[in-house]
Amino acid sequence: MSTINQVNAPDGIEGAGFFATKLDAVVGLARKNSIWPLPFATSCCGIEFMATMGAHYDLARFGSERLSFSPRQADLLMVMGTIAKKMAPVLRQVYEQMAEPKWVLCMGACASSGGVFDTYSVLQGIDRIIPVDVYIPGCPPRPEQVIDGILKIQELVESESIRRRDTPEYKALLAEYNF
Amino acid sequence: MNTEMNDKIVASLQEQFGENIIKVQQLDLLTITINKNKLIEIVDFLYKSEEFKFRFLTDLTGIHQPDVKEDLGVIYHLHNLVDNVRLRLKVFVSTGNPHIHSLTSIFPGANWMERETFDFYGIHFNGHPNLKRILNVDEMTIHPLRKEFPLEDQTRKDKNDAQFGR
Repeated sequence: MSTINQVNAPDGIEGAGFFATKLDAVVGLARKNSIWPLPFATSCCGIEFMATMGAHYDLARFGSERLSFSPRQADLLMVMGTIAKKMAPVLRQVYEQMAEPKWVLCMGACASSGGVFDTYSVLQGIDRIIPVDVYIPGCPPRPEQVIDGILKIQELVESESIRRRDTPEYKALLAEYNF
Repeated sequence: MNTEMNDKIVASLQEQFGENIIKVQQLDLLTITINKNKLIEIVDFLYKSEEFKFRFLTDLTGIHQPDVKEDLGVIYHLHNLVDNVRLRLKVFVSTGNPHIHSLTSIFPGANWMERETFDFYGIHFNGHPNLKRILNVDEMTIHPLRKEFPLEDQTRKDKNDAQFGR
């Protein structure tokens, strides 16, 4: 029999009949455990991601039950595989269509740096066109690594302020990428 | 390889076009280098001939040999589907004047293959209905399979050349 782990309540003040905590912490908790990923899979990393979603590894255990194939409802953009220069504007548009708050996970050597495809037709890392939150190394990474990457994203999501989009740092970051 | 048929093709082409048949080689396929100005006439002759019936363009591609005077080439593979005879035609031009007549008037299937050859080698096919890049991004300024252009992306700064033997 496996034990069932429940998500712990955030820090707060507890008394008879009440519990007080910060709104940030509650929203962060909810966001963290219900991330809807948008898979942008172009090659072998995408196959590894399918294994991650399958019964054996089962990303649903971490609250990512439902993949969003529309960028408009997605929280997390997962870029997996070689991105050719011709596909770069498509990826940018997908990122732009996502609603705030949004995060980006970059899986594998090709998406992170171009990998072995150091050639005229391949984008040398997606961080040249969109900001990236977490990189997963590997060629391709194992499903365990993908889960580890998702957990790293969850840490970010949990600690993010509610209206990140209003912060000057975030605006500066987007301006750097001409969004 | 059908040598009897090949001999007939060579004899017929030499009789019809004389000087414009520059070189004949019996390689894995019968390979004929022809004058670029007679390309259309020769392909049209092979297409319409009731004896040879070369009515299928299998492939069309480019080549760049920087040490040769006429350094750019286009190679055509023709196929006679009735008798299963294949033929390779070669045409050469120089980078200074990389113009060849388009085959789209004879084989509509040459359209995308000529666009690809233009994209990668910068060979201009006169008379092509829509000669623009097909595989690479439109903003690209080079023709990447020409030898003077480097293979690697030049914007990458994190690589140590010593590790790549450079």
